[in-house]
Amino acid sequence: MSPLLTVDRVSKRFPLKATLIDKLTAGLGNRRAGGTVHAVTDVTFEVARGEVLGMVGESGCGKSTLGRIVSGIYAPTEGTVRLDGEPVARGRDDHVDKLTTRVQMIHQDPFASLNPRMKVGETISEGPRIHRLVPASDVRARTRALLEQVGLEGAYADRFPHQFSGGQRQRIAIARALAMQPDLLVLDEAVASLDVSIQAQVLNLFLDLRRDLGLTALFISHDLSVVRHVCDRVAIMYLGRIVELSPAEQLYAAPKHPYTQALFASVPTLGTGRRAFRPIEGEIPSPIDPPPGCAFHPRCPFAGPRCRAEVPRLTASGPGRTVACHLNDGGVGLKEAA
Amino acid sequence: MSDVATTTGETLAVPSAAPIETRATRLRNFWADFRRSWVAVGALIVIVALLAVSFGAPLVAPQNPYDMASLDWMDAFLTPGETGTGGYVHILGTDNAGRDMLSAIFYGLRTSFTIGVSAGALALAIGICVGLTAAYFGGRVESLLMRIVDLQLSMPAILLALVLVAMLGQGVVQIILALVVAQYAYFARTTHGAATVERGKDYIEAARSTPLPTRRVLFRHLLPNVLPPLIVVATVQVASAIALEATLSFLGVGLPLTEPSLGSLISNGFKYIHSDRYWLSIYPGLFLMVTVVAINLVGDQVRTVLDPRRSR
Repeated sequence: MSPLLTVDRVSKRFPLKATLIDKLTAGLGNRRAGGTVHAVTDVTFEVARGEVLGMVGESGCGKSTLGRIVSGIYAPTEGTVRLDGEPVARGRDDHVDKLTTRVQMIHQDPFASLNPRMKVGETISEGPRIHRLVPASDVRARTRALLEQVGLEGAYADRFPHQFSGGQRQRIAIARALAMQPDLLVLDEAVASLDVSIQAQVLNLFLDLRRDLGLTALFISHDLSVVRHVCDRVAIMYLGRIVELSPAEQLYAAPKHPYTQALFASVPTLGTGRRAFRPIEGEIPSPIDPPPGCAFHPRCPFAGPRCRAEVPRLTASGPGRTVACHLNDGGVGLKEAA
Repeated sequence: MSDVATTTGETLAVPSAAPIETRATRLRNFWADFRRSWVAVGALIVIVALLAVSFGAPLVAPQNPYDMASLDWMDAFLTPGETGTGGYVHILGTDNAGRDMLSAIFYGLRTSFTIGVSAGALALAIGICVGLTAAYFGGRVESLLMRIVDLQLSMPAILLALVLVAMLGQGVVQIILALVVAQYAYFARTTHGAATVERGKDYIEAARSTPLPTRRVLFRHLLPNVLPPLIVVATVQVASAIALEATLSFLGVGLPLTEPSLGSLISNGFKYIHSDRYWLSIYPGLFLMVTVVAINLVGDQVRTVLDPRRSR
């Protein structure tokens, strides 16, 4: 079966706005002038129908940008995003036309993602009404049904967002996305801003909805334990690139990329008695000026000369797994000039 | 939808007793806050009273100053309190043509209010469109529109209005047009500032990614959230439109005396101020001052009440 979502060699670069001072100091080595943020670089993956793909990485690794490209909010600088072969959006850098209603996004912060001056019933019913997804006479009944489906009372349709808690608001945001009858949901850190107990409730809601509606989703998160709960496959991102893509079980059993291993090592765990967990050495390099070769080499304990010179490609490593590391592809030493 | 029903097992702690904030309760809260300043309440009462006598002028005023037939030369320059040929007391006296000053002021207020409110409303509408467009689309559109606005804000409004009225000619419509052109920039600047903050928020992104038509995102999502500061600017601008119109009329480019506005009444009376006929210009001036000050006081209180930093 052909995949639902195809992301093919997508890159996204944001030009930095150079101020007059930047231009004047450009000769003095100021890199802001004419600089570019490499938010996403050469990312390729597919999501099958009914699958939930996790997208994990540190903040600033480009996973949210990728989510917005898939949702049709940003247009990619290079590459294509297709849903069943149809492009998701069309446009240049600052003006994007989204072409489909079949991808819907759920934002991180439910306190910012709902219009404070609109009743939640209207927030939910607006999209389907405008796109005539339901007959006008059914709109009210469907809004109530959606609210009940996400575990709220139908009568809440007449209230304003500020009358709800964070968890309830996130349920409303989910109802708004479901109202568009999407084929693909993009959840951008959808539970990160909620209390842990509320996180569990919203995650359970998501799992229930997935079971009942057969949802396909791109689940963006920085939280490995949350991702393990809900995802079939997991992609690990570092500085705009996917470094490892693997079925969730295998990834958690045996991470292959040194960055993935470091990420797992830095997760604080209960029960091991370990007080101090090990942070990854060093800082994330700047996406304005990414290091040459493998982006992870300045922090990688296994880095060799080849890592400084050559960008590793995603290569197969076991069934359904790909890793972008020279360790997995001929070693870290420089190849002899043949 | 019973087949789907609730998909969550756990019951939710829902504050079902939370007060439902409807438009009516929001208005009631607003009034409760507004009431705290007795100065503002007093100013509001003054405005309502002035509106009543000006728009009810045909009922309240003893004379119709538009009706030349009702004017009598015998009544010219009666001092306040004198009784004229019409058999009634001219409380504020009469002018050089025998117009009852009180009636002229009531009718003049009506003209001033009409001009001030319609110029303010039109300038608000145009300013909102310019400001929202600039903030939402950004880039070159924004630079172009906002530079024009800045250019205009750097000139005194009265100068621009003077030039425009001189070009367009006299009359109510011409004056309103000149005032709109002179004042829309204030609304555009305020709208742009507020909209720039709001457009970066997630709910705008969510609306765009649904996707909703641009017009709907602008007017149903962005506009309601930038409205509060605009209400404040609008009240102040109505007062300043009234003052501007009076200035133009006083300078002789505004309305003719046969269509009295407060400005033209003051201008007319000014000619006689050195012959001790103070009432011809002092009383219209007093009414103008009270009107402008009252509107500004109400505007100030609205600003205070709507300020989100104020704790409730």
